Amino acid sequence: MNAKQMDRLATLFFYLVAILIVCTLIGLLGFILFKGISYISWDFLTEAPGSYILGEVGGIAPMLFNSFYLLILTMIITLPIGIGGGIYMAEYAKPTRFTKFLRLCMEVMSSLPSIIIGLFGLLLLVQYTGWGYTLAGGALALTIFNLPLMVRVVEQAITAVPKDQKEASLALGITHWQTITKIMLPVALPGIVTGTILAAGRIFGEAAALLFTAGMSSPNLDFTNWDPTAVSSPLNPFRPAATLSVYIWKVNSDSLSTQTAAIVSGGSAFILICVVLLFTIFARLLGKYIYRRLTSS
Amino acid sequence: MKIKKRILASGLIGLAFSTVLVACSSTADNQNNKQLSGNLTSVGSTAMQPFVEEASKTFMSNNPGVQINVQGGGSGQGLTAAMNDTADLGNSDIFAEEKQKIDASKLVDHKAFVVGIAPVVNPNVGVTNLTQQQLIDIFTGKIKNWKEVGGKDQAIVLVNRSESSGTRAAFAKFALKDNKEFRGKGGIVEDSSGTVRKIIGQTQGAIGYLAFSYVDNTVKALTLDGVQPTNENVTTNKWKVWAYEHIYTNANGKNKPLEEAFIKYILSDEVQKGLVTKLNYIPITNMKVERDASGNVK
Amino acid sequence: MKERGNTSLAEKLQTPARRIFWTEWRGRSITYVSVWIVILILLSLLWFITSKGLQPFLNGEITLSQFFSTNWSPQDNKFGSLYIMLGSFMVTIGATLISAPLGISAAIFMTEIAPKWGKKVLQPATEILVGIPSVVYGFIGLTLLVPFIGKLIGGIGFGLLSGILVLSIMILPTIISISVDAIEAVPQKYREGSYALGATRWQTIWKIVLKTALPGLMTAVVLGMARAFGEALAVQMVIGNVPNAPFHFFISIHTLTSMITQNMGNTVPGETFNQILWSMALVLLLMTLVFILVIRLITRRRDVS
Repeated sequence: MNAKQMDRLATLFFYLVAILIVCTLIGLLGFILFKGISYISWDFLTEAPGSYILGEVGGIAPMLFNSFYLLILTMIITLPIGIGGGIYMAEYAKPTRFTKFLRLCMEVMSSLPSIIIGLFGLLLLVQYTGWGYTLAGGALALTIFNLPLMVRVVEQAITAVPKDQKEASLALGITHWQTITKIMLPVALPGIVTGTILAAGRIFGEAAALLFTAGMSSPNLDFTNWDPTAVSSPLNPFRPAATLSVYIWKVNSDSLSTQTAAIVSGGSAFILICVVLLFTIFARLLGKYIYRRLTSS
Repeated sequence: MKIKKRILASGLIGLAFSTVLVACSSTADNQNNKQLSGNLTSVGSTAMQPFVEEASKTFMSNNPGVQINVQGGGSGQGLTAAMNDTADLGNSDIFAEEKQKIDASKLVDHKAFVVGIAPVVNPNVGVTNLTQQQLIDIFTGKIKNWKEVGGKDQAIVLVNRSESSGTRAAFAKFALKDNKEFRGKGGIVEDSSGTVRKIIGQTQGAIGYLAFSYVDNTVKALTLDGVQPTNENVTTNKWKVWAYEHIYTNANGKNKPLEEAFIKYILSDEVQKGLVTKLNYIPITNMKVERDASGNVK
Repeated sequence: MKERGNTSLAEKLQTPARRIFWTEWRGRSITYVSVWIVILILLSLLWFITSKGLQPFLNGEITLSQFFSTNWSPQDNKFGSLYIMLGSFMVTIGATLISAPLGISAAIFMTEIAPKWGKKVLQPATEILVGIPSVVYGFIGLTLLVPFIGKLIGGIGFGLLSGILVLSIMILPTIISISVDAIEAVPQKYREGSYALGATRWQTIWKIVLKTALPGLMTAVVLGMARAFGEALAVQMVIGNVPNAPFHFFISIHTLTSMITQNMGNTVPGETFNQILWSMALVLLLMTLVFILVIRLITRRRDVS
């Protein structure tokens, strides 16, 4: 075989790999979406889960709510720390030993298995504090899971700000901190927003870190009671809360009827994928829109 | 404290006057007109969780001032939570005495109902009865093919529950006589009764164990030394493979009155003859024998 | 501030400076505090998991040689976890053997063969693959893959092979995206030089691009391995969860993560079984650190050369 034939063969191989991966993705998505859509109904989205010992399917309303609420709680905690940390990494970190150590910390943290984060949460936020399984514990565990990613997103967005903008601001006698908050953050905002939405997608689907922190059950929620201190209030941060992903796992690992499990997890997986896809598409569109606006002006 | 509770209760009556009246008049077991209020947390056994959830739903609608928060987590979590009084009710598939590091003297045992456990096989293995020794040999791996016990020429596939499962503990203790060779090796370990049933139903040569309530026509329950796995045989201990489902409370629990009211409700005919029977569990009130933590039958 | 009336001109002039200094200082502190929060979280995590994981050894409940033996039987207080650890390694290695060539090839396709088409189709595809939650992978494995393998081979379909296949899809996007970065970082003039010498595209890719990008590609593979090693739920749903020797594709095995998720709830804190689960978590954590160390070594070599 000469070099030309080899080249053609290699090209063919690379095309095959690309097609294989795209087909796998289409297969996976198709399986979830086509199988799942038949289970989706208004009741499925708005009702509490049925008692599955009696073979009732019920709905996923509390889990859906829990997933979004947990996401919001996590973001409230993560965003300030993440932005602060990102600014430090991008602007204040000097090439010292401390910065090296810091980067190592971020690297370790971002590759921690999520089950380890869940166990740490179990130890500290469930057993040590005596809270039991709570939304708050889950949100804090997810914060640990999400922080390194957020810091990196913010750092990259700020570093990507054109140098002349920063220098112009500093030359006007504006202080460093004001330059960061008034000039650089607004310019970096599109990047931060896109990165945050993508991170939100990851949080939304996370389960292993939540099994032992937010728990695998959800109390009977009273969606008319919005007083955060009431036990049955959906807003109460100190109640256990199974999210959609945790629910899929739980239904499959100890449900009593496989048929109910198939329906419930099929439908839940459909919703989960839809939300994650929406997050991804939304982040891309937003990024594109903001980019266009910035370049056309 | 009591006065405070009274005030709270009367406030609640004022708030939900009509509902309370309806609830009071419609339930038979709520004859003591004392209004209950407060929160209960129930943690533990995932096998019991749906039952407790269902029972607490009706209990809460009978007593609108009460909120019961039912969580899973597993028997170990349930016992620990009840012992440390971080939860009011700790649900467990096994006796507290059987667990290391649990101080049973701090706990009060309430046996809620009984589950019978049967060895279950794929309908095509060609065996309907096993002796206990054969069952032990199968699960310890000494017998590897169904033809050795008079069935078809099929390899035996074991389907087990995980090491920490209460069903597995009961099966090992009473069906396999605590045989030390039993390791749960080979085959597969699944924690969901539904999945266990599905796998046994679909896999040639499969054997596992299930609570009676999950046995349906896709699988076959075996007789053991000629004894039928029926609820009646469990109540007389003729069928020995069964287990209590426990609700433990802390001996000095902070929510005593409410805990007692809920346990009383669980043990009432309404639940025992209703929910327990409907789910094909065995009502505790039907049991003609009693067994203690070390397995002695009275 | 309260003596504003009596202040001298000099002091008045200094006030804004002081205020600026104050906001500057406050801003700096906020970022500093954020960074320290991250460090403290990580250090306490390392400390708690390590001390919990070492407990059974320090209390004399189990010796290291017992822990690293194959005798697993909790009812007799035997917790030899070697097969369980090997199970984790086997699924990781198996998944990497499938994903690394596929992922790197896909990255080459996106950067060298058909950048336009690749960027338009393959990049969003990998982004979506990253976004699919791990339980959904597990669910697909359970409902699609396991019955399929069961029918193909006969038997139950749960086991090492199912775990490997599910994991290989899960780590594919990690490997692809980091490989793309690594290949894109190869200077364009290297390729031009190669073509100018009359090399074909394949020769250029094989001899120039891949060689130059090698450290980056290795980082991609190791990160993929780290992800596979720590993945819990998807694996737990398809491997069958029996602590067998993990050297056969079609028998059920256990991994560290599946053992922890399955038994953490049913055991009592303080009980030996429970303590052993924490030791397994420690092994998991140490392996993560080893993976990071390997990546550091790879990238350092690149920095030197």
